Amino acid sequence: MKAGTRLKSAVCDTEVMVIRCGEGTIECGGAPMAEAKPAEAGALNPDFAGGALMGKRYVDAGGKFELLVVKPGKGSLSVDGIALGQKEAKPLPSSD
Amino acid sequence: MNIALLLEMAAEAAPDRVGVVCDGKRWTYGDLLAAARGAFELIELSGAEYVALLDESSEAAVIALFGAALAGVPYCPLNYRLADKDLAALLGRIAPALVIGDEERLTRIAGEQGHTILSRGEFDIKVQELVPEEEDRVYDPGEGLAVQLFTSGTTAAPKAAILRHSNLISYILGTVEFASADETDAALVSVPPYHIAGISALMSSIYSMRRIVMLPAFSPEKWLALAESEKVTNAFVVPTMLSRIVEALDKTVKADISSLKAIAYGGGKMPLELIDHALDLFPETSFTNAYGLTETSSTVALLGPEEHREAHRSDDPKVRARLASVGRPLPTIELEIRDDEGRPLPAGQAGEIYVRGDQVAGEYKERSALDMHGWFPTRDAGFLDEDGFLFLAGRADDVIVRGGENISPGEIEDVVLTHPAIADACAVPVPSAEWGEGIGLALVVRPGQPQPGEDEIRQMIRASLRSSRVPDKIVFVPELPYNEMGKLLRREVKARLAA
Repeated sequence: MKAGTRLKSAVCDTEVMVIRCGEGTIECGGAPMAEAKPAEAGALNPDFAGGALMGKRYVDAGGKFELLVVKPGKGSLSVDGIALGQKEAKPLPSSD
Repeated sequence: MNIALLLEMAAEAAPDRVGVVCDGKRWTYGDLLAAARGAFELIELSGAEYVALLDESSEAAVIALFGAALAGVPYCPLNYRLADKDLAALLGRIAPALVIGDEERLTRIAGEQGHTILSRGEFDIKVQELVPEEEDRVYDPGEGLAVQLFTSGTTAAPKAAILRHSNLISYILGTVEFASADETDAALVSVPPYHIAGISALMSSIYSMRRIVMLPAFSPEKWLALAESEKVTNAFVVPTMLSRIVEALDKTVKADISSLKAIAYGGGKMPLELIDHALDLFPETSFTNAYGLTETSSTVALLGPEEHREAHRSDDPKVRARLASVGRPLPTIELEIRDDEGRPLPAGQAGEIYVRGDQVAGEYKERSALDMHGWFPTRDAGFLDEDGFLFLAGRADDVIVRGGENISPGEIEDVVLTHPAIADACAVPVPSAEWGEGIGLALVVRPGQPQPGEDEIRQMIRASLRSSRVPDKIVFVPELPYNEMGKLLRREVKARLAA
């Protein structure tokens, strides 16, 4: 997996762009994400159903993974079963 | 990652929201993405290796930028103010290109170079006709070049600065929150499309989903009229534009620009007098000063709205001085001041500004200017104060070396500009048999004021600075040469004083 790869959820509409990644499986709604969508959507794991928000960036605690949501969906993002959190960035004034 | 993602996301989130207003025509994010996909088809059909623009700002700049990105060829906007001969030489370096803009001129000066030449009108029609019906196209992954900009090149042939998709994406993700603009927000874009600020303005506005209001050719009256009629909330200006807007408002021009929440400026030195006046004139407006270069994908440091107001109302000379600074580096940028040997300097000492970060390209077509640790030497001189505010001190190349002593032109200019009869000043090196380089000083006298004597000027400099700063040659000129971005053309002053 490399930066710039676009991954799709196997259980909902979510799509992410990989900004940074390390070793591990990127999941959405509790199921591994892949470049292609499965023919039939799987079931959303209720433990990972918080949703992925459009345009938000999600990171792991170790700072190895960063995902940008380019299509929102019902599943929430995780790596190897550990939930990712929203990246908090201090807003900058517009300079252009 | 392809920069076209920025437009794709805006079109995904709100396809029917207006993204660009130009010459009274409105383009939604959906329209713009469809047109960019049409441009992809057009570029593929033409076999072009570059997409060039020889035109003022319009929707075509947005469509060409993102169309070129989808096709995986660099977007190369050109300066239409260049002479025919120079422009033809640049066009020759990017052949075969799809060139949009002044069809008559392009055919005349570069008709034999193998380009596909289209007027803006033809381009707009063609890209809308060619929008693919099926979404089965494979677009470029964005691992290569996104933008190529020719630097002004005053000494040698212009250098081709290149910006990768990864540089521009890092800049946008690092500085802009997606869809953070209110639906009523609008940004007035009046910088030319061939300038890095003109390109970053398009990307930032689209990613924040702030409606772009294009002003193709700047005049203060048109700027004010458009700001009023489109209820503009944000604008970027170069100092000369702000000066002319303020002048127009001071005179008689009436415009209700109460919607204007924020003004960002950069691209040249802002006179302290002007920013002070503007802060008084627009007491509710947020001002941001941005410092950046083509090679750094635009802004690397900024002085924010709070810092402007704090400096403006402060009695502490140290805090007040920050109004003349360019603020602090972005959180995603590392910045150092180094001496001639490349060693980092402590706060307060002037040297060359080095920057590092994912948005820093520092790369030309011919070579990379980054050092082995990824640092880019900007060739700008400056220093940091103890609180980390960056002050610019001209180009490193502008430093006058008099008898082995480095003299920044700014030191001398700042002193003479406090003289009530002096409106503008420029210090440059002049040939000196004794010192290698001596100091030449060109001065502009304020209208209605008597011209001060040369001795008076020399005495004034000697009193505030060391005797080594006293000019060897002083000339009075009607005005100093500036380019359209408000940059003082020191080289021209130097040539004139050497003559």
